[in-house]
Amino acid sequence: MTAIVDAPPDQLTPVRFHQVGKAFGSGRKAVVALDGVDLEVGAGEFVCLLGASGCGKTTLLNLVAGLDRPTSGRIELNSSRPAVVFQEAALMPWLTAAGNVELPLRMAGVPKAQRRAKAAELLELVRLAGLGDKRPHELSGGMRQRVALARALASTTDSADAGKPSLLLMDEPFSALDAITRDVLQGELLRIWRATGTAILFVTHDVREAVRLGQRVVLLSSRPGRVVQEWDVDDAPDAVDEINTALRKVISSHAA
Amino acid sequence: MPLDVQEGSVEAGLDALDTPVNAPEGSRVRRIAARVLPPVGAIVVLVAIWQALWAAAFWPEFKLPSPAAVWGQIWQLVTSGDILELFWVSVHRAVIGFAISLLIAVPLGLAIANIRVVRRGIGPLVSGLQSLPSVAWVPAAILWFGLNDRAIYWVVLLGAVPSIANGLVSGLDQVPPILPRVGKALGAGRFGGIRYILLPAALPGFLGGLKQGWAFSWRSLMAAELIATSPELGEGLGQFLHNGMSLSDISMVFAGIVLIFVVGVGIELLVFRPLENSVLRARGLTSSAH
Repeated sequence: MTAIVDAPPDQLTPVRFHQVGKAFGSGRKAVVALDGVDLEVGAGEFVCLLGASGCGKTTLLNLVAGLDRPTSGRIELNSSRPAVVFQEAALMPWLTAAGNVELPLRMAGVPKAQRRAKAAELLELVRLAGLGDKRPHELSGGMRQRVALARALASTTDSADAGKPSLLLMDEPFSALDAITRDVLQGELLRIWRATGTAILFVTHDVREAVRLGQRVVLLSSRPGRVVQEWDVDDAPDAVDEINTALRKVISSHAA
Repeated sequence: MPLDVQEGSVEAGLDALDTPVNAPEGSRVRRIAARVLPPVGAIVVLVAIWQALWAAAFWPEFKLPSPAAVWGQIWQLVTSGDILELFWVSVHRAVIGFAISLLIAVPLGLAIANIRVVRRGIGPLVSGLQSLPSVAWVPAAILWFGLNDRAIYWVVLLGAVPSIANGLVSGLDQVPPILPRVGKALGAGRFGGIRYILLPAALPGFLGGLKQGWAFSWRSLMAAELIATSPELGEGLGQFLHNGMSLSDISMVFAGIVLIFVVGVGIELLVFRPLENSVLRARGLTSSAH
């Protein structure tokens, strides 16, 4: 990876895609999930990736998270280790909430006292202070997802990456929650984003969610996933309608 | 919507409403009674039927002893102190055999679960061994090792190792795939992933395997003791049962069966059940109506 060493940290681009493609399988049976994707997320920027099913949103996130490798092109990663929040909270059921937040620190060999303090701080950030001793099954869906967020944030705190911008990857994190909880958590996420200054790449299939959260919305086509269009949401008042129309167009192109 | 709703209070309210509520549990006495009474009742009914059958004298006395006669046998063992030696000989063998099985089965299970060639190669063999009654090994063990403890341990190992290893393998196979993925995203390396994610996630299945492994090692031990009897081996429960048969003493045979049953079930209830319950409860896997 060729980081631009001279640039000051605040100008580093956490992640940049260069003509990234990803195919599963090989030969004629290969399924192309992503094709020629160019995309970048600036430091502290909130980008929403929008698309219908099969647009390779999750694949794209997995590539950034290092859970998978691109078949062509390259991904330039200048952030500390990306934090990932999945659609399910996927908390470890044998650990308490605090234990889950501490898990990435434990695996990184952080001493116990420091781990405790960091976990308490992160639980405070997601407004779960004092609930660290609860087991996942004693928490509601929304609370679990907030623990998962705190845990993901804990995984980025790596001393070796000091000075690099942080990056949070979220794969439809609120789609399994009920409407009120989702609404509240969207507000919470914006608050946490402002408080931490982290860059966020947020995958969703919900146009309203994308417009409410993102500074920039990127629409992906389906099978193969390509970048169709981008909107700067802040200066587009009719963004929801406009993006909805574009999304419908992408989906109806698959009708035949 | 009124503007004086405090920041974060909606969330706090949702948390309060959404948190799962546990129904208050009844009093301690009542809970214990609800657990203990049904099995005690079942035993009382069984003994009553037995007593009635004996009183009706369908079978001669040397085929069906009275409950009182069997109890007399057990009581005599208790008052003479012989019962301690019987228990000690059998239980210490079973525990040592089980411990050795554990040492062999855990690396074996890990290898089968994680290395594809090993799984394809010896996975079916290990599952197959589980369905082979380990008594079948007694003749070979006696021919190989002679009438001694080593022959008995060999039989116990072949009974317990496959079921413990299989329990670990199925525990590992049932780990939801999302958990290792999450572990990787959180920065787990290969060994960190096994140590912090896979092994704890597989624990419930592994405990099931341990429980079954204990049952198998106890069973195999009794079979081995029953067949391989020699003065050098000391007198365990199996030999006691064998002696009962040699003496044509049916009440002694029944007493032997009751004692073997009591030890097997007792260890499960005293050791494995509490262990399993605490693991499952910590993960919210028990229903409250247990």
